[in-house]
Amino acid sequence: MRTQARTGTNRTGILTSPDETEKMLTAEEELQPEFTGDPADFADIKVQSIAEADPLGSVPPPATVKGTLKSGMKKITGSNPQVFIDKLAERAAYERGGTRLYDALIVKFQATGDSTSGATLEELTSIRADELAHYHLLVDTIRALGGDPTAQTPSADLVGVETAGLMQVVNDPRTSFQDCLNAMLVAELTDVDAWNLLATLAEGIGEDDLAQRFRDALLQENKHLQLVRMWYSKSVVDAST
Amino acid sequence: MTLTILEDRGTPLDRQYFTWRELSPKPISKLDDDAFTRIRIVLMNGVEHEALRFQHAVARFNSELRLPLAQIRQIEHQQETLINWLIGPDHSPLETTIAYEQTAIEVTAAMARREPDEYVAQSLRFGLLEDFDHLYRYAALLDRLEGKDANNILQSYTDIVPGRPTHVHHRHAIDNVRRPTATRASHPLTKLHALTITAGEQQTHNYYMNIGPLFADALARQLYAEIASIEEQHVTQYESLLDPTQTFLEQWLLHEAMEVYNYWSCAQQESNPRIKGIWERMLDYEQGHLALVADIFKENAKKDPLEVLPETLPDPLPYASQREFVREVLIEEIDMRSRGTEYVGPDEESDATLAYREHVHADGVPSDSVAAGYRYQPGTELARTSPIAA
Repeated sequence: MRTQARTGTNRTGILTSPDETEKMLTAEEELQPEFTGDPADFADIKVQSIAEADPLGSVPPPATVKGTLKSGMKKITGSNPQVFIDKLAERAAYERGGTRLYDALIVKFQATGDSTSGATLEELTSIRADELAHYHLLVDTIRALGGDPTAQTPSADLVGVETAGLMQVVNDPRTSFQDCLNAMLVAELTDVDAWNLLATLAEGIGEDDLAQRFRDALLQENKHLQLVRMWYSKSVVDAST
Repeated sequence: MTLTILEDRGTPLDRQYFTWRELSPKPISKLDDDAFTRIRIVLMNGVEHEALRFQHAVARFNSELRLPLAQIRQIEHQQETLINWLIGPDHSPLETTIAYEQTAIEVTAAMARREPDEYVAQSLRFGLLEDFDHLYRYAALLDRLEGKDANNILQSYTDIVPGRPTHVHHRHAIDNVRRPTATRASHPLTKLHALTITAGEQQTHNYYMNIGPLFADALARQLYAEIASIEEQHVTQYESLLDPTQTFLEQWLLHEAMEVYNYWSCAQQESNPRIKGIWERMLDYEQGHLALVADIFKENAKKDPLEVLPETLPDPLPYASQREFVREVLIEEIDMRSRGTEYVGPDEESDATLAYREHVHADGVPSDSVAAGYRYQPGTELARTSPIAA
C-alpha cells in the first residue's frame, strides 16, 4: 500500500532509457516501413457497427398494476414510462454498488490509519448508511410503480460498466486512501446529477411527494460530495507541502 | 553455469504445497519492474498452461499414466496460477496484449538467433515477423482506443513499426503445417525451442480468445478475432515441428525438461529478488517432476532417460532486447510467405491460401483499418503537435 507519491524506479517513460529509446526512434529510418490505409476507417467502422448494433436489452414490463394501486402512486403516464423505471433501476444499482464501494473504503481507511484527509470513521459509516437507505428508497419506489426491483435494466447494466474502474481502484491493496477518495469523488459527482435528474422526472409525472424524497436524497449526496471533495483536496495538498 | 539435468532431484512431489494465499501473490509493478520480468511471467504462464494441456491430452489416451499425470498436473496448475496472478490489475487487457506480443518477439528472436537447425530457425524467424506486426497493430489500437502509449509497457526494448503486414498472415491450413524437425536426433536446443515456442503461442491464442469479447469497440473485437486466428496458425506451425513418432513418455520427459530449462533461465536473469525466489522455487518443483517422470520412464519404457534428454542443459535462454536481430530479419525476410511446409517468395503462395484470404477479407481487414497511417510517437499520436523529444 502506498501513502503518497514517491520517487522510484519508474521505467515507463522514454527518459529512463535514453539509449534504447534513441534506437527505437530510428526504427522507421532504418526499416523504411510502408504506412498504408485510410485513417478514416477507424471511425467508419464505429459508424457502421453503431448502425447495425442491437440494443443492450430492455426494461421488463410492470409485473402488476395491483401494487401500483395499493401504493397510492399513480400509474406512470406518458409515451415512455419505461424511461423512468430504467433510471430508477440505474440508481438502485448504483447505490447498491456505492454501498459496497464505501464498505471497501472504510476497510482501506481503517487498514491505512489515514490521518491526512480529516475523514472520520463516523462520517464514512454515515455516508455508507445513506447510500444503503437510498438503495432501499429506490427499491420501494420501483415496487410501488409495479416494477421489478431485482431486474437489471439497460441503464443499470451500463452503470456497472461505468463504475468498474472505481471498484478496481478502491479494492486494489496497493492504492492509498487518498487514491480511493479520488475514485469516490468521481462516484459522488455523478451521483449528485443523477438524483437531481430523478427528482425532475418524478416532478414531470406529477409525483411531488416522490420528487421531494429524491430531493432529500440529493441534499445528502451533496453533503457526501462536499466531504469527499474536502478530504481529497486536504490529503493531496498536505502531501504536497 | 550449467545444469546437470537429472543430478538434482529437486523438491519431491509430496512436499510440493501451495496455500491459496501463495497462489495469489503480490503482483509486480507495471510501472517500476523491468519489462523482462513481465516477459518471463507471460512466457512461464504459457509454459505451465502447455504442461496442463499436454498432460490432459495424454491422460485421454493412456489409463496407466492417468494417476501420475493427475498428481503432477495438480501442481502444474498451481504453478501456473501463482505465475499468472503476478500480473497486476492495473494492466488493461490491451496493455497485457502488448506484453504478450513483446514476449513473443523477444523470446522468439532470442531462440531464432541460437537455433542450430536452419528449418526451425527459419520457422521462428517467420513467426517472429508476424508477431512483430501484431505488436504494431495493437499499439495503434491502444493509442487510438484508450489514448495510451504502448511504450509504457515495452520500455523502449522493442520497436513499434509495421512488419510483414498482418493481412498476409492468413493462410489455408495446408500452408501452416511444418515438417517434424525437432526429432530424437536433434540438438537439445531445437527440442527445447520447439516446445517452448509452442507453449507461448498457445497461451497467446488462449488469451486473445478470452479477452477479445471483453472489448466494446467493434474494431477492437474484429482485430482480436483476426489476430487470434493467426496465433492459432502459429500453434499449428510450431507444434508440427515436434516429432510425432515420440511416445507419450518421451514427450512428457521433454516437457518437464523444457520447464526446468525455462525456470532455470528465468532464475539466472531475474532482476526482481522476490520474483527470482519464485523462479528458484518453481525450478526445484520442476526438477521434482522431472525426476518422477524419469523414474516412470525407466520403469515403463525400460530405457535410460538420457536417451531422450541431454545430460546437461544448454546455456540459458537470453532475456535481452533483440532489436538489432529483429531489424535484420525484417529487412531480409519481410516478403517471405509459406507454401506447404516450405518458406517461399511473395508470388509463390498457394491458390488455397489466396482463396482463403480473399474470403476472410471480403468484409474488410481489421488489422489494416486499426493502424492505417499509424506512426509511433512517444506519448501517443496526440503528442505529435508538440513532439516529445527523446
